[in-house]
Amino acid sequence: MSVTEQAKTSSKAPTRLARFLDSDLLYSFLRTPTAMIAAAITLIFIVATLFAPYIAPYNPFDPAQISLWDGKLPPSFVEGGDERFFLGTDNQGRDMLSTILYGGRLSIIVGLAAVFLGMLLGVTLGVISGYIGGAFDAVIMRIADVQLTIPGILLAILINGIGRSFLPLDMREEFAIYVVILAIGLSDWPQFARMTRGATLVEASKEYIASARVIGLPSVLIMWRHIMPNVMRPVLVLATLGLANAIISEATLSFLGQGIPPTTPSLGTLIRVGNEFLFSGLWWITLFPAIALVILVFAVNLFGDWLRDALNPKLRS
Amino acid sequence: MLSFIARRLAQSILVMGIVTVVAFSLFNFVGDPVNNMVGVDATLERRAEIRLKLKLDDPVFVQYARFVGNIAQGDFGVSYRIKQPVDQLILARLPATLELVFVSALISLFVGVVAGVYTGIHRNSWVSRLILSSSLIGVSLPTFIIGIALIYIFAVDLRWLPSSGRSGTIDLGWWTTSLLTFDGWRSIILPAITLSLFQLTMILRLVRAEMMEVMQTDYIKFARARGLSERAVNYGHALRNTLVPVITIIGLNIGGLIAFSVITETVFQWPGTGLMFIQAVDFVDVPIMAAYLVFVAALFVVINLVVDLLYAVVDPRIRLGGS
Repeated sequence: MSVTEQAKTSSKAPTRLARFLDSDLLYSFLRTPTAMIAAAITLIFIVATLFAPYIAPYNPFDPAQISLWDGKLPPSFVEGGDERFFLGTDNQGRDMLSTILYGGRLSIIVGLAAVFLGMLLGVTLGVISGYIGGAFDAVIMRIADVQLTIPGILLAILINGIGRSFLPLDMREEFAIYVVILAIGLSDWPQFARMTRGATLVEASKEYIASARVIGLPSVLIMWRHIMPNVMRPVLVLATLGLANAIISEATLSFLGQGIPPTTPSLGTLIRVGNEFLFSGLWWITLFPAIALVILVFAVNLFGDWLRDALNPKLRS
Repeated sequence: MLSFIARRLAQSILVMGIVTVVAFSLFNFVGDPVNNMVGVDATLERRAEIRLKLKLDDPVFVQYARFVGNIAQGDFGVSYRIKQPVDQLILARLPATLELVFVSALISLFVGVVAGVYTGIHRNSWVSRLILSSSLIGVSLPTFIIGIALIYIFAVDLRWLPSSGRSGTIDLGWWTTSLLTFDGWRSIILPAITLSLFQLTMILRLVRAEMMEVMQTDYIKFARARGLSERAVNYGHALRNTLVPVITIIGLNIGGLIAFSVITETVFQWPGTGLMFIQAVDFVDVPIMAAYLVFVAALFVVINLVVDLLYAVVDPRIRLGGS
């Protein structure tokens, strides 16, 4: 390669794709089988559930497609099973595989929305706290400290319970999903706020922020355009691990009968409904949604663990 | 030190203030307080009478002050659904929750320390690997799924233990216990194991890490050099020095046990305070919800205050540098 050619290629700014292909992150990813398997499972789960209407053999919410005659059938690979229903049917004759796909979709959507809410709240308050400091910082961080002493799931149960009681009885089912999202989101913002504030303090002491101040940029712009992008890395890790937790929290609330109603069940609701039939030996109504939930949470957690290690330069060997 | 205590106290008071405001607004904004008390078909006179009796026409902050005053005396009003004073209902349910928490704390402490010491000493044996990898499952599985699995295995399939409820209780007058009968132990064992798994894992990992660290120290080498038996070294010298952090963790985790008892009690229909709260939400029984809220908040405030103060006593850096 001649000198001029080299100069040409290096002077051209690499595209986003090229930068990604060259990144340490991708390098580490392609050399960590656990991360790849976890990511693959998560991705398959997300795609399969998002396209549930196209993939699922039946629409469990279409009364024309379900028949009580098909109720309580065991999985097709077990004696007495019906080959139309691979994972069997529930008490109402709904295909388990289809209800799990539709339910998983709801679990993932609620989890994502709750984490996004917690992240939005936490990052906003964290950046402002770290950048402005003073009384605002003191108050926000005190609240975060206090909230962190209470386990998140208990807080979610309490907030969710209060939220539900403020709704009139006939609106409870309709708005249950929003109350759940709000409860989980409000219970996990302090972690985001703490981490963002720490990272903001580090960034704000750097020279480019000082320069931005000197040329007279307004604080809002500095926080939004300069600090935010630079503190998002650790937030991303927290959000991934938080997603697993949020999915568990949603499932727990729904299992307690405090979450997503049985008319549009999530994985937690399915486990709750199935639990009532466990004693009559209909194990598949509980077992399969539970397995789906556990695999999903496991995969997201493993992926988050890898992301944390890969983005942490201290752990790189 | 004084300012440290003062700041912690102020923080606790702030928390209780916020929680009582939430509890108070539950009373005032969830439905109509008069309707909740007398039902929809009451006459206008009866309504006016209740309104007057509850002093609902006073300014809001006067009502709030009265509310806080009542709470301070343990008066949370009368349950809308069960029509009994809430403080008595909570007191009647409290033994169930506390016994469950107590037994599961014992299980997690005993099993956690024993397994932690074992895996810390025999680091590479296959038993240690098995314990460690199965403990990972304990942390990552949701509590309620563990509960269901235990019910299915031990109650439905093997039929060894009851699946739910609290039987074999003996009334001691001020306390109902299920720890004095065989039936009571049979019914508490599954929920207690379910509740203990998470804490057990934490204690196991902590003890293991501490043991591995302590085993490298000079005084253990010296104890070996003195020719002390393996047992005396492991338990007399090493284990004893790992217990300080373990005790702190246990103190902190009592709050976690109370939190997860809500889930465990619902799975096993264990008649404790957590199940009472979940049922109260289902029936919008505001006085019980408000009381449980204040109760849990007070519990956490006290636990954290005690742990903080203990830390300050143990660690001089906090005492001196806390500004």
